[in-house]
Amino acid sequence: MSNLDPSEIFRIEAAELLEQIEQGLLDLEHRLDDRSLIDAVFRALHTLKGSGAMFGFDALAAFTHHCETAFDRVRKGLAPATPELVAAVLAARDHMRALVEDQFGEDPEEERILLDQLQRAVTGGAASQEPAAVAVAPVAIQAAPTAPADATTWRLKIVLPENAMINGTNPLTLLDELRELGDCQVKADRSRIPPLEHLVPTELYLSWDVILKTTHSRAEIEDVFIFVMDEMTLEMEEVTGAVAPVADASQASNVTVLPVPQAPVAVAETVPERAVPEIVPSQADVARQEAAADTRLRRKTESVRVPAERLDELMDRVGELVIAQSRLSQIAAGSMDVQLRTVSEEMERLCSELRITMMVLRMVPVATLFDRYRRLVHDLQRDTGKHIELMTDGESTEMDKTVIERLADPLVHLVRNAADHGLEPEADRVAAGKPGTGRITLSARQVGGEVIVTVSDDGRGINRDRVRAKAEAVGLIQPGQELSDSELLQLIFQPGFSTAAQVTNLSGRGVGMDVVKKTIESLHGTIDVSSKLGEGSTVSLRIPLTLAIIDGLLVRVGQGCYVIPLPAVEECLELSLEEDFRSRGRSFLSLRGSLVPFIRLRELFATGTQPDPFQKVVVVSTGNERVGLVVDQIIGDHQTVIKSMSKLHDDVTTFTGATILGDGSVALILDVANLVAVGQQQEAQLRAIA
Amino acid sequence: MSNLALKTATPPWSDDGELEALTFDIAGETFALEAAIVREILDLMPETKVPGSRPFVSAVINFRGKVIPLADIRVALGVEPAAATIDSRIVVVEMDLDGVESLVGLRTDKVNEVTTLSRAASEPPPRVGMKWPPEFIECLIKREGEFIIFPDLRAIFASTRRAV
Repeated sequence: MSNLDPSEIFRIEAAELLEQIEQGLLDLEHRLDDRSLIDAVFRALHTLKGSGAMFGFDALAAFTHHCETAFDRVRKGLAPATPELVAAVLAARDHMRALVEDQFGEDPEEERILLDQLQRAVTGGAASQEPAAVAVAPVAIQAAPTAPADATTWRLKIVLPENAMINGTNPLTLLDELRELGDCQVKADRSRIPPLEHLVPTELYLSWDVILKTTHSRAEIEDVFIFVMDEMTLEMEEVTGAVAPVADASQASNVTVLPVPQAPVAVAETVPERAVPEIVPSQADVARQEAAADTRLRRKTESVRVPAERLDELMDRVGELVIAQSRLSQIAAGSMDVQLRTVSEEMERLCSELRITMMVLRMVPVATLFDRYRRLVHDLQRDTGKHIELMTDGESTEMDKTVIERLADPLVHLVRNAADHGLEPEADRVAAGKPGTGRITLSARQVGGEVIVTVSDDGRGINRDRVRAKAEAVGLIQPGQELSDSELLQLIFQPGFSTAAQVTNLSGRGVGMDVVKKTIESLHGTIDVSSKLGEGSTVSLRIPLTLAIIDGLLVRVGQGCYVIPLPAVEECLELSLEEDFRSRGRSFLSLRGSLVPFIRLRELFATGTQPDPFQKVVVVSTGNERVGLVVDQIIGDHQTVIKSMSKLHDDVTTFTGATILGDGSVALILDVANLVAVGQQQEAQLRAIA
Repeated sequence: MSNLALKTATPPWSDDGELEALTFDIAGETFALEAAIVREILDLMPETKVPGSRPFVSAVINFRGKVIPLADIRVALGVEPAAATIDSRIVVVEMDLDGVESLVGLRTDKVNEVTTLSRAASEPPPRVGMKWPPEFIECLIKREGEFIIFPDLRAIFASTRRAV
C-alpha cells in the first residue's frame, strides 16, 4: 500500500467523486429543484477539479472546470436544472472518467460536443448571445454596489464547529465573502472564549452576528458557506424596518484583522466594510475550501482500503487457529484438569467470534452494487424510449465483496432483459390498464446463509408458448416434450436461446442469459424464474453469502471425507441392498416416478473398500438436472472454509477445492456441476444403448 | 518466463561458487535442493487422497492451514514406491507453478543435513549409464566419494503435467 503511486490514489478518490456526481445527478433527475443535490454535485465537481489539478491531471481539471462553471449557473439560480442538463452533465461525467483513466487522453472534438450540449442545456436552448461563454469563462461574481434601494437586510448568526480551523476553514475568508455581497456589519461573539489557561490556540471559540444589506438572494448568501454548511449552524432572518445595529460601544474602533487565523481571539469584534470587494477568491482560499470538503467526504465514508489478499491471509491464520483450537479442546476433553478445560472453552468461544468477525470484514452492502443500475436504467430509458422506474429494496443487505463484484455482470443482463423484453411500450401498458411507467425492482434479502437477489418487472411476463416454440426450433427440446413450468422457464438460460423476434442492440443476441446462469453456478448459487402472463416476471438469484465459506454436507466415501455444497443438495435417501443390487448395471434410481441417474462415488474414486450396508444417496441438482451420489455415510452439516487446490491438481475436475476439518485433516469439495455432467453423459450413453 | 527458467536452470551458485543446500535420500540415493526454497521439514502426517489425480501428486496435506499437494519424485523418476519408514519426512518447498508461487510437499525417505556444496565439485549428468532420466537432473556434485544428485524440479513437474 505504501508504495502506491500518487496518481493511483487520485484515481481511487476520483472514482468515488465520479460516483457521487453520477448518483447526485440521477437523484436530481427526479427532484430537479432540490438545492442540496445541486450543491452536492457542484461540490464533487469542484473537488474533482481541485484534486485533479493537484495530481497533474490537467486535462481533467480543465474539462471539469467548464462543467463546474456551467453547473454553478444552475446553483446560482441563473439557469434552471432540467433533464437536458442532467443528461449533458452525465455525458460529461463519462468523459471525465475517461480522462481519469487516461491522464493525457484529451479529445478536443469530443469535449467541444459535450460542452456545446452543456451550453445548450444551461441556456435553455435559446439562441445565446454569448456562445460557449458559459462554458469557458467563469461566471464573474457580481461586485455588490453599496446597497441600492431594493436591498434586503439579513441578520445572520454564524457558528462554526470548534475544530473548523483544523480542517482548513478560514472564518475570515467567509466573512470577506459576505462583505462582497453588500453592506456588512460584523460582530464577534466572545462569550465562549475560555480563560487563558484553558485556551487551545487551534480551536475556534468565536461566533459571529452579521447584519448584511444586500441585493443578493438568500441562496447566494448561503453559497458563501457551501463548504462548511454540514458542520456549522447558520441562522438567517430577514430584518424589516429599522435595523438595530449589532455594534456595541466599540463599534467604531477599527481593529486590524490578523491575516492568519491561528489566534482566533485576536479577531476584530467589528470590522468595517471594505471599500472594494475582491472578485476572485485567492488560490489559498480555494485550497482550504477543498480541504474542508475533502474532510467531509472522508468522514462520510470512513473506511480503510485493504487488498483482498491480506484478508485472505488473515483468513488462513484464523483457519489455522481454529484447527489448533479444536486440537486443544480434544486434549482438554480427555483431561481432568478443570483449569485447562476452562481455558479451552474460552478459546473456543473466542475463535468462533474471531471467525465471525473475519467474515464480516469482507462484507459490503448490496447498495454499492444496486447504485450502478440506476445509470443503466437511465440509459435504457433513452435507448428503448420506455419510461422506466427503478425501485430498490434491501440495499443494506451485506455480501462478500468478491461475490458482489461477480454479480455485477449477470445483473446487467437481467435488468436489460427486463427493460427490453419484459416491459411493454407505454401505449400497450396503458391499453392493458397499467401505469405508463414500467417498473423494475431490484431487491436483496438474506435468508440463512444465502442472499436472494431478485430482479422483477411489471411487464408482459414470459410467454410460455413462445418459449416452447423457440426451444423446439433451436432443438433444445423435442417437439411435444413434457416439461414442468419451471423447467420450461429455465430454458431461457440455455445457450443460444432468445425469444426476441428482433435483435436489438440491448439484448436478444441469445448471449447473456446463459452467461448469467454460468456465473451464478460458479458462485454456488441457483436461479429461479417465476412469471405471470401480463403481470411481469421475477428472476431470483440465490447466492451464498460468501465465496470463502459455504454450507456443506460432509459425507464419507470409503475412508475419505468429502463435502457436497449444501445449496445443491435436494434430498438424501437410503439405498437398500436389494435396490443397490437391482440397479446394478443400469445406475438409475426411481425417484417419485422419474428416473435419476446415479454415480457410485466409491467406484468413481476407486476406494477399493466394501460398501457400507446402508449406503445413502444424496440427490444433487443444478437447475433442472439431477444426479444421485451414492456415499457410505452422511456425517452432517459442515461450515466449509474453501481452500483452492494447487495448479498440480488442475486436471482433476471432480473437485472445486478443499477444506480443513476440525481434526486438521483435509476434505475435498465435490464439483456438483461436473458430477451432474458425468451423470448426464452416463444417461445419454444408456439411452443410446437402449 | 524465459528469464526465470534461466535463473533456475543451474543451481544458484553464489559468487564464490558455493551453495547452501538441504540433502535428503530417496530410493538409496542422496539428493540436494537449495536451502533457500525449503520452507519446512515435516514428519509424516495424515494425507488425503485425491481421487482421479496423477500418481505423482496423489494426495494433499494440511500445511499450516493451507491445502498443499504432496508430490512423489519416485513416480517421476520411475522408481517403485516404497513404504514409509520412521525416517520418512515431507520437505515443503516453494516453487513457481505456471507463474503462481506455490508450496509443494516432497516425499523423502530421510532428511540428512543442510550443507555447503561447491561448484568446483559439480559436473553435468552423463548421457548414459544413469538409472535416472538425465533431463531431470541438473548436475551431480561429488562429495566424499559419493555423488549427490541435484534434481531439476521444474523439468520434473513440467514433464509430469505434460504426461496427462
